[in-house]
Formats: sequence, structure tokens, C-alpha cells
Amino acid sequence: MKRLASTLLAAFAAMTAPALAEPVVSDFTLENGMRAVVIEDHRAPVVTHMVWYRVGSADEPPGKTGIAHYLEHLMFKGTDKIAHGQFSKIIAANGGQDNAFTSRDYTAYFQRIAKDRLSLVMSMEADRMRNVNIRQEDIVAERDVVIEERNSRTDNSPGGRFREQYMAALYLNHAYGIPVIGWREEIESLDRDDALEMYERFYAPNNAILIVAGDVSPDEVKALAEEHYGVIEPVDLPESVRATEPPHLAARRLEMRDPRVSQERIWRGYIAPSYVTDEGNMAESLSLLSDILSGGTTRRLPKMLTLDTDLALYAGAYYSGMARDMGEFAFYAAPKGDTTLPELEGALDWMIADLLENGVTEEELARAKKSAIAAEIYAQDSQSSMARQYGAALTIGLELDEIENWRETLEAVTVEDVLAAARAVLLPERSVTGYLMKPKSEGADG
Amino acid sequence: MRTLALALAASLVMAPAIAQDDASRIKEVTSPGGITAWFVQEASIPIVTVQIAFDGGARLDEKGKEGAVNLATGLIEEGAGDMDNQDFAAALDDLSSSIGFSASRDGFSVSVSSLSENIDATMDLLHVAMTEPLFTDEAIERVREQVLSNLRSQENDPRALAGQRWFADVFGDSSYATPVSGTTESVTALTRDDILAAYGRMVAKARMKIGVVGDIEADALTALLDTTFGDLPEGETLDKTPVAVRETGGLVVIEEDVPQSAVVLGHKGILRDDPDYIPAYVMNYVLGGGGLTSRLTDEVREKKGLAYSVYSYLNPLDRAGLYMGGVATANERVAKSLELIRQEWARMAEGGLTQEELDAAKTYLTGSFALRFDSNAKITNFLVGAQSAGLPIDYIDTRNGLVDAVTLDDVSRVAKRLLKPDDLFVVVVGKPEGMESAESLMEGIGG
Repeated sequence: MKRLASTLLAAFAAMTAPALAEPVVSDFTLENGMRAVVIEDHRAPVVTHMVWYRVGSADEPPGKTGIAHYLEHLMFKGTDKIAHGQFSKIIAANGGQDNAFTSRDYTAYFQRIAKDRLSLVMSMEADRMRNVNIRQEDIVAERDVVIEERNSRTDNSPGGRFREQYMAALYLNHAYGIPVIGWREEIESLDRDDALEMYERFYAPNNAILIVAGDVSPDEVKALAEEHYGVIEPVDLPESVRATEPPHLAARRLEMRDPRVSQERIWRGYIAPSYVTDEGNMAESLSLLSDILSGGTTRRLPKMLTLDTDLALYAGAYYSGMARDMGEFAFYAAPKGDTTLPELEGALDWMIADLLENGVTEEELARAKKSAIAAEIYAQDSQSSMARQYGAALTIGLELDEIENWRETLEAVTVEDVLAAARAVLLPERSVTGYLMKPKSEGADG
Repeated sequence: MRTLALALAASLVMAPAIAQDDASRIKEVTSPGGITAWFVQEASIPIVTVQIAFDGGARLDEKGKEGAVNLATGLIEEGAGDMDNQDFAAALDDLSSSIGFSASRDGFSVSVSSLSENIDATMDLLHVAMTEPLFTDEAIERVREQVLSNLRSQENDPRALAGQRWFADVFGDSSYATPVSGTTESVTALTRDDILAAYGRMVAKARMKIGVVGDIEADALTALLDTTFGDLPEGETLDKTPVAVRETGGLVVIEEDVPQSAVVLGHKGILRDDPDYIPAYVMNYVLGGGGLTSRLTDEVREKKGLAYSVYSYLNPLDRAGLYMGGVATANERVAKSLELIRQEWARMAEGGLTQEELDAAKTYLTGSFALRFDSNAKITNFLVGAQSAGLPIDYIDTRNGLVDAVTLDDVSRVAKRLLKPDDLFVVVVGKPEGMESAESLMEGIGG
């Protein structure tokens, strides 16, 4: 073990937190209410320009699931000024790349382009904030495209369909249980009026956040933002109509069998507070807990389930807390060899019980903090993921100082905090346990 | 996400290029022991990224032992020297570093990320991993099970299945015919000796390319090159004689009960060092490489709504050039989608580009050049990719000029040379409608 000893020594010397180069971040708000954040990165003469709207699939009216995402597709059709089908082509002809994505809490549009084209892409994005032109003839073809997207992501794979059923079971009432892309049957009847209604209500400067990352100065971004976005009138935003989530009183269980399942697996999830809704440092505690449980092969789940007991091919846990209304804490594992899903569930239950009884150790917590801080440093290498991090955080309702104080909050987490967070969240009556299985004749546990 | 194909295509295009004003920042450094690396010093973030690529990869697998290189690759991090896999992982963890190993059809590569303050200790770990891997029986069985599980998953993944069949039928006998991870049969039969033998062939200084970007001084780097790689075996370069590529078109349908069929298609293409590569690259951007702006996307997606993703790309392997494409579409729309793709293939072969298309392609390809260099990780990737492709160190200075020099005549000539709609070999996995006759047709031409 000599090699290990010397490496460990070196590591303890480095256990003091690594030197942190803070990203250079500034912000401003336009008079019409549009927020803006500038993340400076002068390594290459390019920018990432993003506009985030505080509207996602969780804001869709009943019966219209998928409309937020469908509208995102239609936003590329053109405006009164930009000819039909030309939006992305103009960006490309200027050496840029563009795309968009829709989530439960937000819809975001972005371009990556040479810095001297920032004004151009802002003018185009500002134009389609209020002046999109969706032709009736676009409606059917683009809806078919969305259905093919759904086929690719979900319907063609048993894992995708299982995941959708699991999410629907996890949330009793809140729209987070609805797939972002929408239920197939409802996508098929979405139309132009549905899209425009969503657009009129939510696409406005006072419901948007601008993120510019790259080789720019805050002053020039502000001047350009005032010129292009500052002239757009704010609208009266609708009251948030999101459903609340009632107390969870009964553990729920799912079983799905499919002949196309090649690898059986178990999923166990719990609703948890999010970074926005948590008290104190519970979100940070849950994030550290997920690292202690599965942030590498030395962590609890992989070590016990794949190495020590040889029960699983893989095993892990995650906390997903970047959400406006609530987060999720979940475990997953795939059985190995003759292991059955109930046996694997038993091992998982034992580990959870042990965690709730004995908590985590100081050493585990220190390792988790260290890897979280290092991950933040590595994240700075990617301009677009920095832009995404800030965009998502602000859109769900976090403030810049919360992001800036993240490290302090994280470092203040104690083993008692982690134990308290685990005990608050990992309650049997809140749980959903799903088995994805082969058909009975083939299944090892059938 | 609006574009799936864009992300896919991006990983498949030619070696990326750097922003021109960054050109002079790429240095070639050589250690006292004679090991060379391409290096960009970048101190704005306290990290160092290193990539090491060895020519070879799965082509070094022996007949019947396919997947040995891949399995050996997966085992390097499973213990080395006096560390077992837990010790090794803990040591990396303590350094907040990561080391990844991967194998492809033509190469074996290593990616290292380290905080700059820990780069010496991280490279020390890499050295032990590469020179003293344990390949314990316990780890072999565990990783073998993971590989077999992945292979089983691919059997139910229409896209993976289509790709596997395409390569199997297009390459028949060469190593390209088999997936990098091998087959269930070959992986099951691999012994520890097979894995040791494969590993012995994979690592050779004569076939090593290194790229480094980050917060480190050139002197410190060259010293590290010697301590990390100095005692690797010298080995020898590989013969790159092209292998045979299927020359005839055809259609294979593999029936799977899914709502959407996956289609992989293509035919012979050109190698990376072909003088026509740049004009072909420009041509492909317009045909099916340009994400939301390509002809294929216009015809198949935008006008008809037949697919979410449809694309084409140049796939220059070391010993075979390929021109490939794909689409995923509902079973009842496969025939129509394929008809449109063939039409576009033929239209380009016959008519080339319009001036407007050529101009737009050039402004995109030259203007977006810098986007490939906005992170240390991307630049490191380029430094190694460019060396592997045999490009000169000043390629970033000349690349936009090469694109700008492409004429309409160049593209017409290359399109005619490259695109053969009748030679397209097509694999469909799903339950496509109206393609029964095609299935019987394949009987005669399979393999």
C-alpha cells in the first residue's frame, strides 16, 4: 500500500480547498422588468446568448400537455420581419449555432456566435419575443415532428416509458408529473390557437431573463439589451395557476413488464424540497448526501451493491433540486446475475435504514464537499454550461447572491444537517418504487 | 431540444479547428526524453486537461477475440500497482481529478482533468495505471458483466442495432465489421491472457499523440511527459492500407416491435487525407450536416414533418472512408422518408450547390470556427484530433482559407464522385410499412 499512502498524504495536503477562480458575473434589470446576467469569459472571441422565459410544461392548461414545448418548436418558424423558415438559417449564415429547450419550469432559446454578432442575435430574439408568425400550414408538419421526437425519446424505449409512468406516480397533483413533451394523445390535438395563447401570456420582457456569457463587457451588453429588449412593453402576467401537492400518505408501487427490456431495474424516488423551497441548507445537504451515496465507485451504493455484495451491475442515487416548486431524491439499481429485484430492493432498504439510523461520517461529508467544489471549478471551463446554470437558477427563482453564497452554504453543512435532511425526505409513505421487468416467462423473478 | 441531429453530427465531423488569433498559442513541446505534445497554456481557470490518443483501438483485436481491447480499456482503472480499484478511485477522488479511458474503432484514448495544483500527483496515478494494471479476475468478471449487459441493451435499441448491422454488412471481414465492444459470444470467451495480450498491443509510444491545455508551465509539462510516458513500450506504427468496403446498394429490414423505425444508410466515402475532403465537407454541410439548415432537414423535417432528426456525415475511419446518414421516423413513413433522402442524394450528385448555398455554407463553416475553441476541453480534443489526422500545427491558420477556396465546380465534381444514390446500403430496424419486397431482396446481398 505504499503508493496509496504517499498519494493520500499528497491529498491531505490538498484537502484544504482548491484555489477558486470566481467567474466574473454581473447583472442589471431593464426598466420593463427584464433581468440580465453577464458572465465574462475572454478565452475565445465568442458569446453565448440566451433568453429564458419563466414558463414550462408545469404551466400548461389542463388538456394541453406539450404545448410549451410545441410552442418552442414553432418559435423558429419566423416573425413579421424574419421570413418563414429563415431564423436558424440567418444565424448559421453568420457563423452561429442556435437551438432551444423546454423544461418543467422554463423555456430557453440560445445562440452561440462570434462576439461581433451579438447585436444581430439580440435583435432577432427580441423580435420573436412579441412578433412570432406561425402559419396555419406549419401546424401539422411541426406537430408530426414533435410526435417523432416523442417516439425517439420515449415511445421507442421501455426505459423511457417506465420513467414517464414513474414521474406520473411520484406527483399526486402537481404538473411536474406530466412529461415535458406531453402525453401523445394530447399532443395530437394541439393547434395554433393553443400555441398563440401560451405565447401571448408568457412571452414578455418582464417574464424573461437574458444571459450573455463570453467575450463581452457588462456595459456593452447593457447598451445592446436596452436597444433591443428595452423597447418592448411589459405585459400583465397571469397569476401562477400551478397545482399544489397534497401530503403523501401511501407508498406507491409500479411494475412494468415489456419484452424489449434487456436489463431489469429498480427505481425508488421521493419528493424533496428544492433549492427554492427548502429551509436552511436542506437542498445543499441533499446534494451532498447524493454524492456520499453515489458520487463514484468508492461511495456507499456502488461499493456495497456492486463490489461488496455483488448484487448489482450498477447502483446510484441523485438529487434533482433545481426546480421552482419541489425536487426529487431517487435511488436506482440494476440486478446482477441471479439477484432478483426484491432482493435488490431489500439491500437498498437496508442501506436507507442504516443511513437514517447512523447518518454519515465526517470523512464522507468532507469528501463530498471537496468534490462539489472541484466540480464547480471544472464547470467554469464550459461557457454554455455556465450560462445554463445561471439561467436555470434565476428562472426558477433563485437570486444571484444565493448562487454566489453557494460555497459558503455548502461548507457550513454538518453531518447533523445531512441526517436531518435524510430523515425529512426518505419517508416510506412518500416513496414510489418501480420495477422495470422482462415478461413473466423470461424474468428471473417471475 | 429542437435538434438531436446537430449534437450527433457535431461529434462526427472532421477534426475541429481553432480561432485564428489563437493559432500562435499552440506550441509543440518536446521532453528531454523525446516525447512530444501539443500544448496551449491557459491560466484563467486553475485546471489542466490532458488527452492522450494511441492509434489502434479495436482494430488490434484478433479474430474471435473481438472486444478484448474494449474490455482491457474498462479494466485499467480497476486497480494498478499496489492499489485495488477502491484505492485507485479514492486516490483520484482525493485529488479531485478524473481519468477516463475509452476505446474506439481506430484508437485508444485517455482523458485527464486535474486541478493545476494536483497535476503531478494525477499524472503519477496515470503512470501507475498504464504501466502496472492488475487485471484481477474479480475485476475482469465484474466489468465483463457490465459489457455484456450493454450488449444486451443494444440488442433492444433500434438505432444501435441498425448501426451494428450496417457495419457488419459493409465491412464483412475486417475488424470494422464488429462493434468495438465485441459480441456476446466473443466477450464471454475472453480470457485474462487475451486481455493482457490486447493491452500489450494498445499502448505504444510510436503511436501516441498528446494534447495539453491549462494552467501549467511548459517546463513542468515536459518533465511530466517523461515521468508519465517515458517507460511505455516503444511499439511500432500501424499499417493503414485501406480495407474493402461494400460497393453495392441494398436494403436490410430487421423487424422490431417499435413505433418508430431507425434507419442507418450510407456508402463508400473518402479518407481524411483525400484532397477532396474539404469540398466534400462543405457539400455535406448543405446536404445533411448543417442541423436545422440542411437540405435533408428542409425536405424531410420542415416541409413534411416526417422526422425529428435526419442527417448525413462524412465518417473517415483510418482505413476506410464512409459517407453515412440516418433518420428516425414512424413505421408508416419510412418509405417516404427514404425516397426523399435518395432524391436529395441524387439532386446533389447531379446539380451540386447554388451560389447562395455555397456562400451560406462558407460563412457558417468559417464563422463558427471559433465556437470549437471556447473551452479547454474542446481545445485539448482538437490538439489530439489534429495530430491523429496528420494535420500541420498551423492548420488553424489555414483551415478557413481552405474552406473559402472551395468553388461551385469543386463541389459539383466531389458530389458526383462521392454521392451514389444507387449504392446506398440501408438498414431499417422497426416495423416499416410497404417494404416487404425489400426484405426478400436482401437475401441475395447480405454479408
